[in-house]
Amino acid sequence: MDNTKRYERLLERYRNGDLERRTFLGLIGAAGLAYGVQTPFARMAMASDVSQVRFDGWGGVVSEAFRQHAFDPYTEATGIRVVDATFSGADEYLAQVRASSPGEYNIAHLSGAFDYARYHNFGLTSQLNLDNIPNMAHVMERLTEVYWSITPDALSAVPYNYGTTGLAYNRAVISDEEMREKGASILIDPAYEGRIGGWGEWRTRIWYGALQTGQDPNNIEDMEAVWDAIRAHRDLALKYWSSGAELMSLLAEEEIVVTEGWSGRIAALQEQGHDIGYYDPPNGYGWEECLFVIAGSPIEACEELLNFMLDPATSIAVAEGQNYPPALDPTRVDLGEKVPTLPAFDPTGTLEGLTFAVPDYWNGNEAEWSEQFSRVQRGF
Amino acid sequence: MSVEARERRQPWILLSPALGAVALLLLLPLVFIVVYSFWLRSAVGPDTVGFHLDNWQRALTDPFYRYILLNTLKIAAITTVLCAVLGYPAAYFVARSRGNKVILLLLLMLPFWISYIIRTMSWINILGSSGALNTALMTLGITSEPIRMLYNEASVILGLVHFLLPFMVLNVFVSLDGIDTSLEDAANSLGATRWQAFTQVTLPLSLPGLAAGGLLCFVLAAGSYVTPVVLGGPRDAMFANLVYEAIITQLNWPMGSALSLLLLFVLGGLVALYNRFLGLSQLTRGLG
Repeated sequence: MDNTKRYERLLERYRNGDLERRTFLGLIGAAGLAYGVQTPFARMAMASDVSQVRFDGWGGVVSEAFRQHAFDPYTEATGIRVVDATFSGADEYLAQVRASSPGEYNIAHLSGAFDYARYHNFGLTSQLNLDNIPNMAHVMERLTEVYWSITPDALSAVPYNYGTTGLAYNRAVISDEEMREKGASILIDPAYEGRIGGWGEWRTRIWYGALQTGQDPNNIEDMEAVWDAIRAHRDLALKYWSSGAELMSLLAEEEIVVTEGWSGRIAALQEQGHDIGYYDPPNGYGWEECLFVIAGSPIEACEELLNFMLDPATSIAVAEGQNYPPALDPTRVDLGEKVPTLPAFDPTGTLEGLTFAVPDYWNGNEAEWSEQFSRVQRGF
Repeated sequence: MSVEARERRQPWILLSPALGAVALLLLLPLVFIVVYSFWLRSAVGPDTVGFHLDNWQRALTDPFYRYILLNTLKIAAITTVLCAVLGYPAAYFVARSRGNKVILLLLLMLPFWISYIIRTMSWINILGSSGALNTALMTLGITSEPIRMLYNEASVILGLVHFLLPFMVLNVFVSLDGIDTSLEDAANSLGATRWQAFTQVTLPLSLPGLAAGGLLCFVLAAGSYVTPVVLGGPRDAMFANLVYEAIITQLNWPMGSALSLLLLFVLGGLVALYNRFLGLSQLTRGLG
């Protein structure tokens, strides 16, 4: 029950004569006092709970899908407005959230493993009541395991979609056979010097560095070899891209012919008619994304939105729009015709075929590796 | 209250909104940054509060930061020189033109109506592999395949010159416009050639404007962040990019604070030097 409903019930009791005017006003005053003695920031946050919820996502086709298939219908059904904002990177967004007042940011489309753990470390998790999100019953259990391991008492997010960061290549220049033969090492193939791209993000660079040196990305033993691979890629690359839009532009304009790419973005390029191939190498980079409710948010309104977004009809429509498979279990929910054709889709509902990053391992090395990558990137 | 006392207070009352804004929006955040620079980043979770010199020690002694800082100053210096070389003739032409000065100045201001990022990104459509220049070269048969012109230090400098040139032109224009043209006539009547009149009369008198434009271009170029991101390759970074990475990517706010203050001190030192020898009044005149 939200605060508006509580007030309406109180008002109804007063109007029915069950409460004296003095008692009614006393209770309202006490509620106001309780409200006021919270921090000013909390008051600001709570003020937005019934009228609007802020959602931050990745922008581009992903945001368009959310707006069209989830937010607008949700607002129509509930009257709660969804303020839709975008960020260009999870790190940048976390910096903004850390600098904000509680309640300023509400729900974000974040990495299910890394960010969930990082936000928890910064005390930014909330506690969702899953009874208010009955559509969680459709979600694959595998996707929530990592969340429960971080916050055993309650979840702060619901899984929403998953995908891979695989190899994207221009099929007019690189054949499917060559790609399968070379795998991740094609990104350090001198034959494509000046036509190679890459995401300028330390995790992805290190993950692919591990693949190029034949190591398990979740248990790297020879880190120097990985840095050398990153240096080799840096010297051969034309550009590190920094957003999905830039990735698509570089490939579509044929500035680069091979790079890592996000499965959904590459599927979008293919839909646009570009002859871009996509290949997940062995131990390719799998990831999941969640809808994370940030501490200080109006929980009930957020739970309502999450449940709405996890409704199979909404979830499938969003998945088809953003080209990432939904978190719904395909053995329990009919996902339609398009979703099973999307890159990275797992029909078993177990996701055993995908390799996910172990958050403890990667977050534990974040401080050292992210800084070292900054140096390696600049020639050190 | 006496009239004298009221008169003494009046300027402060009138200045108080501006002073309040400066204190709240500039000084207070700066104090936060100074305080942050002495904290320590923890591997995970909140930063360690305290007075630690580790960040400053690293910022001042680590060869990586020194290299990027020197490279940033080098790029800013090259950009400033190019702006001066390209901007002076343009400013001279505007200052000496008759009747259409306003239109020319308006044309000079036109680029400011478009977002800096959009202006920077426009070079991708001009110099990219499938950009206008490469397409023209290949259509004319001059080259058989695209020439790699983007994503290197040269393209970063090009983008900075594109961004900063109007600042230089405006400053030099203000200086040239204030020079009495009869001085050149006097030099000519005394036997000087037009070139001699320019080099010995006009150029020395316009140097304060050139210096003011140079200072503005240098400081803005040295603090640039967007241009290297859009037009630079994997290695190309300026000091502001390191500050961004420290704060945003690495979530190392203490180190980012120390680095941003280091850049502030270096550029502030340059401004102080300028003020010592040339005075900041020329700068405000150019901006006005």
